[in-house]
Amino acid sequence: MDQLPGKFAGLPLLAWIPLLPFIGALINLTIGRRLSRQTVHTIAIASVAAACGLALFLVFSKQGLFREINGVPIWKAGGFTQTVYSWIEVGSLKIDLSFTLDTLSAVMIIIVTFVGTLIHIYSTGYMAHDPRYAAFFGYLNLFMGSMLTLVLGSNLPVMFIGWEGVGLCSFLLIGFWYEREDYATAGRKAFVVNRIGDFCFLLGMFLLFWAAKSLDFKTLANTSQVGASYVQPFWGSERLAAAAGIFLFIGACGKSAQLPLFVWLPDAMAGPTPVSALIHAATMVTAGVYMVCRLSFLYAASTTALIVVATVGLLTALAAAFMAFAQTDLKKVLAYSTVSQLGFMFVAAGTGNWTAAIFHLGTHAFFKACLFLGAGSVMHGMEHGGSTTPGDIMTMGGLRKHMPITRITFLVSCLAIAGIFPFAGFFSKDEILGGAFTVTPPGWPLWYGKILWGGLLIAALGTAFYMWRLYFLVFGGDERTDAARKAHESPASMTAPLVVLAALATVAGFIGVPHFSGAWAHKLPSATHALSTWLAPSVSSNWYNPGGESAAITNHAGDSKIFALMAIALAIGVLGIGLAWMFYGKGPSKTLDTIYAEDAPMRPIYEASKAKLWVDEIYDVVFVRPFKWLARGLFEIADRFVIDTIAVNGSAFVIGLLGRVSRWVQNGQVQRYLAGLVVGAALVFLISDFRRHPTFEYEYDDAGMVTLTADPGAGIMTTTSKIAWDLDNDGQPDPDPANPDELRDDPVLKLRAGDIPSSTVTLFIEDPISRKRLAVTRTLERGSPRAETPDQEAK
Amino acid sequence: MNDILFNVGYGHFLVLAAVLFLIGVGGVMVRRNALIILMSVELMLNAANMTLITFARMWGDLSGHTFALIVIAVAAAEASVGLAIVVAVFRGRRNVDVDRLTTLRH
Repeated sequence: MDQLPGKFAGLPLLAWIPLLPFIGALINLTIGRRLSRQTVHTIAIASVAAACGLALFLVFSKQGLFREINGVPIWKAGGFTQTVYSWIEVGSLKIDLSFTLDTLSAVMIIIVTFVGTLIHIYSTGYMAHDPRYAAFFGYLNLFMGSMLTLVLGSNLPVMFIGWEGVGLCSFLLIGFWYEREDYATAGRKAFVVNRIGDFCFLLGMFLLFWAAKSLDFKTLANTSQVGASYVQPFWGSERLAAAAGIFLFIGACGKSAQLPLFVWLPDAMAGPTPVSALIHAATMVTAGVYMVCRLSFLYAASTTALIVVATVGLLTALAAAFMAFAQTDLKKVLAYSTVSQLGFMFVAAGTGNWTAAIFHLGTHAFFKACLFLGAGSVMHGMEHGGSTTPGDIMTMGGLRKHMPITRITFLVSCLAIAGIFPFAGFFSKDEILGGAFTVTPPGWPLWYGKILWGGLLIAALGTAFYMWRLYFLVFGGDERTDAARKAHESPASMTAPLVVLAALATVAGFIGVPHFSGAWAHKLPSATHALSTWLAPSVSSNWYNPGGESAAITNHAGDSKIFALMAIALAIGVLGIGLAWMFYGKGPSKTLDTIYAEDAPMRPIYEASKAKLWVDEIYDVVFVRPFKWLARGLFEIADRFVIDTIAVNGSAFVIGLLGRVSRWVQNGQVQRYLAGLVVGAALVFLISDFRRHPTFEYEYDDAGMVTLTADPGAGIMTTTSKIAWDLDNDGQPDPDPANPDELRDDPVLKLRAGDIPSSTVTLFIEDPISRKRLAVTRTLERGSPRAETPDQEAK
Repeated sequence: MNDILFNVGYGHFLVLAAVLFLIGVGGVMVRRNALIILMSVELMLNAANMTLITFARMWGDLSGHTFALIVIAVAAAEASVGLAIVVAVFRGRRNVDVDRLTTLRH
C-alpha cells in the first residue's frame, strides 16, 4: 500500500503536494526581493499550480485513488497513506510524518489548490504595485503548504502543524500592511483568539490520546477497537467523546470563527483582499469544519458534542447574519456572511450530515471566493476612480455600468449564496436544511432538529437580504459619488479568476442533488449524488452507540417532503431578495430613514447590528481590560522592578563596583602585582595550619594495652622532627629499652598499661632546623582520653 | 647564643635563603631601574637555589642539587636575555625606568 503512487526524488508523491508550495515560499521569502516581479509570481503560481495538477493526478488517475485492488478502487477502501519518516516515537506513542489521501482529503485538496491557484493569479493584478510583492507571494505559498499539510495529515499532530501554520500565515497576511497600526492590531487579535482555540484543540488531542492511545486517524476511526474508550463515562455520565469532541470543537471555533471566538474574522479584513478571499473565506476558516468531519467517528459517538456543535453553529449563523445588516464596509459584510455560512456548515456537521457540511464548504469556497475577489475588483476600480474609502458601499452604486464582468460574476455568486435554483448554494444549503429537519441522532430531542431548521431558515432569509442589499448598494441604482462614476473594470488577471469561480458557483451544486426515492430516483444520473457516494468511505455512517441501537446516519426523506423543503428554502431566498429590492433596489430608499429614525421602534435593532451586538466591547470589558491590568501589574512588578532594577541594573552595579575595585588593582604596574603576591603568600602562611601544636593521643583497649600516638603537628618540618618519650616523669627523655645508647623515638608506642611507671607522660619533639625542643605533657586517664593539654615550651 | 652563632644547622641556611629572597622581593618591588630589578630577580633565584640545596642535603636526595643546577642555567639564560633587552631599551630611550616603559601597556 505504502508504495502505491511511487516516489519522486526520494519523497512519496503525496508529500510533494504540500512541499511544492513550501519550496515556492522558501524561494520567495529568501531571495524573492532580488527577483523580478515576473519571476516571483511565476514561481508562486507554478508551485501552486503544480500542486493542483499533482492533486488532480493523484485523485483521479489510475495511479492514485482510482487504482483497483482486487477489483475495488482504493477510494472506496479508505484511500492510501504515505509516510515520509517516523517523527516521534516515545513508548507507546508513535507519530509518523505521514499523509493520507482519501475521498474527504481529496475534496479538500482540490478545492484548496484550485481556488488557491486562481487567487494567486488574481493577486498578480491586485498586488501589482505593492512594494513587498515577493513577501506577499511567499506568505501565500506558505499558507498553501500549511493548509495542504493540515488537510492531508494522517494524524492529529501533523494536522496540528498545518493548523498552526495556517494560523501563522493568517497573522502575517492580516497584518501585511503593518504600517497601519489598526491593521497590525487586527493581526495580533486574530493570532491571540486563535491561540485560545488551539489550546483547547491540544487538550482535546491529549484527551483522545489518553483514552485511545493513538492519534492516528485510521486507528481512531476503527471504533470496533477503540470505540469503547470513546463511550466510557468521563464527566458524570457524559461520554469521553463529548469532552474530547467539545475541546476539539473549541479549537475549530477559533479557526472557523464561531461563537464566541468569531471576533477576529471581521477584523481580519484588514489584510489584502486576495488574502480575505483565500484564507478568510474559502479555505483556512473551513479547517474547523474539515476537522469535525475528519473526526466524524468521534462526534458520532456523542450526542452531547453534536448538540453543542449544532447549537453553536446555529447561534453563529443567526448572530453573524444579524450583524451583517447594518455594516457599510464591503468586506465586513462579506466577513460576517462568511461567519454565518460557517455556522451553517457546523449545523450540518452537528447533525451528522457530514456530506452536506463538506458540500457547502465546497460551494461556499467557490461563491465566497468569487464574492471577495469581486469585492477586491470593485475596490480596485473605486480606488482608480479616486475614492479614499474604497470599501464604503454607501459611496458606490451604479457600478454595473462600469464593471460589467465583475457585476455579472458578483450577481451569480449572490444568487448562489441566497440559495436560488439552480446555483450551487441552493443545493448545498438545502442539503443542510433538509438534514437538520430529518436527522435523529440517538438521544437527540426530536423537536430540536426542527428548531435548527427554523433558525437556519431565518439565517438564510437574513443572508439573502444582506447579500442583496450589498449587491444593490454596489451595483444597483445610480452612482452616488464621483469615484463611482469614474470607476473602471479591472485587468484580465483579476476578472479571469472571477469568471471561473462564478462558473463553478453556478454548476457545482449538481454533484449533490438530494436522494429521491420515487420516480425521480431513476431519472437523475448517478453523477448527481457523486459527492455523497464519494465521501461515504471517509466519514462515519453510523451513530456509535454500543449496547443501544446503532442506527445508520441518514437524512433521506420522502420525495414530497424534499420538494416541500426545497420550495420553502427557495421561497425564503426569494423573499430575502425581494425585501432587499424593496429597501435598496435603487439605492437606500426613503422609507429606511423613517424606519431607522432616531425614535423609531426599529432604531435599537439597527444600532445593535451596527455595533455588532457590542461583542467587541463586552470582550474588552470582561477579558481584555482585566488582562491588560494584570499584564501592567506584572510589567511593573516583575519586569520593571525585579528584572530591570534588581536583576539587570543591580548586577550591572555590582559588576561595575567590582570593576572599579579591580581597575585600581590591575593598573599595569607589575611591582604592585608583586606586592599583592607577597602579601597574599604571607596571608596563606598566616591562615594556614602550619602552627598547629604538636601533641599525642593515647588509647586504652580492652586487652589492657595503651597506645600512645605522637602527632608532631603540621608544617613543612614535621616529617623530619625527632621525637622522644618521657614515661617516668623525670623530665628527661627515656632511653630506648632495646638500645640504651639511643632515645626512645617510636612515633607509636604500644605498652601494657602497667608498664608505664607514671601516669604523667611527656612527648618531646625537636625541630631539626631551629633545634627547638617542644614538650607535651599529659596525664593518662582511663575513660576520658581526649583531655586537651596545652603544650609548653621547654628549653 | 653561642649555639645559634656557631652551631650552624639547616635552619641557618634556610633563614639566610629567606632573607635573601625577601631582599630580592623588596628590590623588585621598590626599585624602578630595570637593571636593579633584574639583579633582584637573580637574588631571588639564588635564594630559591639555596633552599633547594639545603633540603636536598637534609633529605639526602640529589635531585635538589640537579634542580639547583638547572635553575642556575636558566637564570643565566634569563639574565642574558633580560640584560640584552635592558641595553636595547637604554639605547632607544636613554633610560630604563620601568614606570616610564608604558608603550605596550594598552
